[in-house]
Amino acid sequence: MQKYSLFNLIKNAFKGHKEWEVAWKDPTPKDEYDVIIIGGGGHGLATAYYLAKEHNITNVAIVEKGWIGGGNVGRNTTILRSNYMHDENGLFYEKGMDLWRSMSQDLNFNVMYSPRGIINLAHSDAQMNAYSRRGNSMRLNGIDAVLLGREEVKKLVPMLDFSENVRFPIFGGLMQPSGGTARHDAVAWGYARQADSMGVDIIQHCEVTGFDVVKGKIKGIKTSKGNIKAKKVGLCVAGSTSVLAKMLNMTLPIETHLLQACVSEPIKPILDNVVTFGAGHFYCSQSDKGEMVMGGDLDGYNSYAQRGNLPTLQHVLTEGIAMFPFLSKLKMLRTWGGIMDMSMDGSPIIDKTHIEGLYLNCGWCYGGFKATPASGWTFAYTIAQDKVHELNAGYNLNRFNTGHLIDEKGLGTKTWIS
Amino acid sequence: MLHIKCPYCGMRSQNEFAYGGDATVKRPELNKEVSDEEWNKFVYLRKSPRGKHLELWHHISGCRQWFKVQRDTITHEIFKTAEISEDI
Repeated sequence: MQKYSLFNLIKNAFKGHKEWEVAWKDPTPKDEYDVIIIGGGGHGLATAYYLAKEHNITNVAIVEKGWIGGGNVGRNTTILRSNYMHDENGLFYEKGMDLWRSMSQDLNFNVMYSPRGIINLAHSDAQMNAYSRRGNSMRLNGIDAVLLGREEVKKLVPMLDFSENVRFPIFGGLMQPSGGTARHDAVAWGYARQADSMGVDIIQHCEVTGFDVVKGKIKGIKTSKGNIKAKKVGLCVAGSTSVLAKMLNMTLPIETHLLQACVSEPIKPILDNVVTFGAGHFYCSQSDKGEMVMGGDLDGYNSYAQRGNLPTLQHVLTEGIAMFPFLSKLKMLRTWGGIMDMSMDGSPIIDKTHIEGLYLNCGWCYGGFKATPASGWTFAYTIAQDKVHELNAGYNLNRFNTGHLIDEKGLGTKTWIS
Repeated sequence: MLHIKCPYCGMRSQNEFAYGGDATVKRPELNKEVSDEEWNKFVYLRKSPRGKHLELWHHISGCRQWFKVQRDTITHEIFKTAEISEDI
């Protein structure tokens, strides 16, 4: 593989940039693979990359219905964090933060990793107490957390509404300084390019239409480009998981829902953190292009539409304006939607299934992007070793049956229904 | 914006309604021993179909009645609405 470096940039400049190698090839599927990953999103690409890098399994195909970067990996708000209270989540996402730190070097691709800090605002004494508890839990797991008072928040984010007569006054906040953002497209492209260079076949525009299961063991998949045999198959298809599960006669503890995000017109630098509203669901950061990147609640009803409705957007932006009054002066540049695999306790599932050789990675709700490296790393382990790693042991499918939910919000089932 | 026909009040905008989820889920029978598996199925497992979906909605800012809606989860088209006791 051609390395991306200053030297190669200059060399290729003399040739008019016409001789760069393709970032990944466009192969026709082979008859058989050791592992097939269904879904060429961030998680699928990362899984293939770590299968090759950590486990030397390179006879791998990624089968993608659309194109690389066209799904949720290109539709999120690019936030990275590990500010979770429960051990299962904290340790898992912190593994991800470790991988984020070195990702640009590992992938030889600038993912524009930006640990600019994430601040969750608190709007009451009770919320400050809850944040103090969460911050302490985080620090016990080796994750950085700082409890901020009102004045400290004011210094960091002066354009928040600090006036006295607001409905939700700012009492302070919980900050994870190592949280931040990364460029989502670069993450997909970087993983795809490296996976391809190690021998992984990335097969785009190839829809899975069925599975070949014999006596409880996976033998292969049926696709729009023909049947492909495989010893192991991993499902990594986020919002489309229930569609594939139906082909396998499985019913899962997830529902597919629609989440919207939007960006404003670009403005000069004004916000250098990620900030979230504590009295509702709204989060905001500023991209390198200057756009305010914003998101919040689900549209609220089952949907595979990948496009949203205005009432939710209005609701979310009302919260945004309560937080940052200047947002009301900005024009909206783009809005879009993606479909989320909402699990019943708000935590993901990375596990084996009752079918031998079939592995499941789903339930990311609206938090999948930050998990991309940790999800790929643990899923690759689970597929390669045919067992769960201690980092994803809590994310088992059976927890709903036994009652061992990982209920981060402490709200019980379907925490995402507002 | 969805426009939903409440069986009691007629056509209203989405803003007046709250979503109640899959209407085909059956609660285990009362007064009998229920296994973990049955609870799991009732509380957590959902078919989440891509296409026609029978679901519950609540006219929460209107007549406050629950009713059934048959809706397409890809196009958001609403085919039919009906009172809870009616079959769709």
